[in-house]
Amino acid sequence: MKLRTAGYFFRQAALSLWRNVWMSLAAAASVAISMFLLGAFLLLVFNVNHIANNLQSNVEIAAFLQVDVPRQVSLHIQDQVRALPGVTEVTLVPKEEGLQQLSQQFGSEQDLLAATGGVNPLPDYLRVRVADPQSIQSVAEAIKAIPGVEKVNYGQEVVERLFAVVRWLRWLGVGIIAMLGLGALSLIVLTIRLAVYSRRREINIMKYVGATDWFIRWPFFLEGLWLGLFGSGVAALAVYLGYRLVLNMVGPAAVFVPLIRDQGLLLWSTLGLVAGGSLVGALGSLFSIRRFLKV
Amino acid sequence: MSLIQFFNVTKQYPPNITALDDVSVKIDKGEFVFLVGPSGAGKTTFIRLLFREEVPNRGQIIIGGRSISRLKRKEVPLLRRNIGIVFQDFRLLPDRTVFENVAFALRVVETHPREIKPRVEKALAQVGLSNRARMFPHQLSGGEQQRAAIARAIVNNPGILVADEPTGNLDPATSGDIMKLLEEINRLGTTVIMATHAWDIVNSMRKRVIALQHGRLVRDDREGGYGYEA
Repeated sequence: MKLRTAGYFFRQAALSLWRNVWMSLAAAASVAISMFLLGAFLLLVFNVNHIANNLQSNVEIAAFLQVDVPRQVSLHIQDQVRALPGVTEVTLVPKEEGLQQLSQQFGSEQDLLAATGGVNPLPDYLRVRVADPQSIQSVAEAIKAIPGVEKVNYGQEVVERLFAVVRWLRWLGVGIIAMLGLGALSLIVLTIRLAVYSRRREINIMKYVGATDWFIRWPFFLEGLWLGLFGSGVAALAVYLGYRLVLNMVGPAAVFVPLIRDQGLLLWSTLGLVAGGSLVGALGSLFSIRRFLKV
Repeated sequence: MSLIQFFNVTKQYPPNITALDDVSVKIDKGEFVFLVGPSGAGKTTFIRLLFREEVPNRGQIIIGGRSISRLKRKEVPLLRRNIGIVFQDFRLLPDRTVFENVAFALRVVETHPREIKPRVEKALAQVGLSNRARMFPHQLSGGEQQRAAIARAIVNNPGILVADEPTGNLDPATSGDIMKLLEEINRLGTTVIMATHAWDIVNSMRKRVIALQHGRLVRDDREGGYGYEA
């Protein structure tokens, strides 16, 4: 493409946007809204996922051994657990320590021991940490299968409920975003189609005097691209500033709500929004002009 | 070799309309040819095939030694740059001056800007519209609008000029002027193909006449008149 031809395309595209300025604004606004919701949803999903992972990585497995297991065997089981894949840390909590902890919670050690007839009723137990939160269940099951292990506990329910929320959010997000995206796409298609329609005589003559398809297409392609770029640019800015605002508001409470504070993620999601919006615009315009080029 | 050759060309449209039926014809460089026949005889289809707006269902069309059915999509614009076209309804862009309408044909094929002005002026002079260059189409008479359209068709120096009922919207006197102009263009070497209903024009010119009826070639006279008798 020659440079002066590119100039011609730019002028034509700008002119066309200006001719249908309200329609152009509506299309850009529609892209902006869809992309903003997409961005907000992405960040929400990322964060809930992050929180769930965070929670789960803090979750330990408590493996209670049988009460009558000798200390020697407890140590042996500890070694076995340590050898399991995915296990990062195993601490043996002897029954004496367990009793001590318990009586600290209740008050007096004597009373508790006396109440149980001088025999410590507690088993030894193992505190196990795993590397990958997702593998916690399989590790727990592996531990349970070791002879001498009575019972295995971990914060299964809370974590699983959170992951269920994440899964559900993802599907909901995909659905909502698909619908909004379709809405934005059809508005862009409509805008470009209007522009094409108002210039159909010109296009017709261009075809007859031998203009190439791309020569005819470029201005409309640019028009759609700009609509998408502009709309998603606004959306990306809104998402960026909005997220910063949320982080500031959460501020000191961040210990309890561990939001993602990674600037990279924010940057990539906003860039992704802009790229996605532009793609929608470009595709929309190519789609609308296809029919008119069939001469 | 002839400039344009139709070999047993058949064009059908769904469901079962045969617009052209086994038409074979050769047109040499520099010829002036009338394409006559009643409405629906296949004249428009003939022209659409020349422009490769359509491809034949059967048969071959060769222009300048190339089979145009086998042109790639990218090559079609190049074919069209060598064929100028004039319509009954002029098809000028109403929001542009005569000069810009003619220049448009050069701009969209990426002619160098320096060449545009002299070439447009030359084409306008050729059709006698030099003093109308700054006017808009609605300020012109029908005959002048058609001249502007002809200037646009020839500004690219095409080897072939196709005119589809160019006098259809004009009175007899103006039609005569347009015919003189087309003849002049033909004399300068451009092959002219003109589809028309106007038997008086055809009879007065004594040029080659190709007659179509129900999609079939029914007559091809070197110096013919109108009329359907053989």
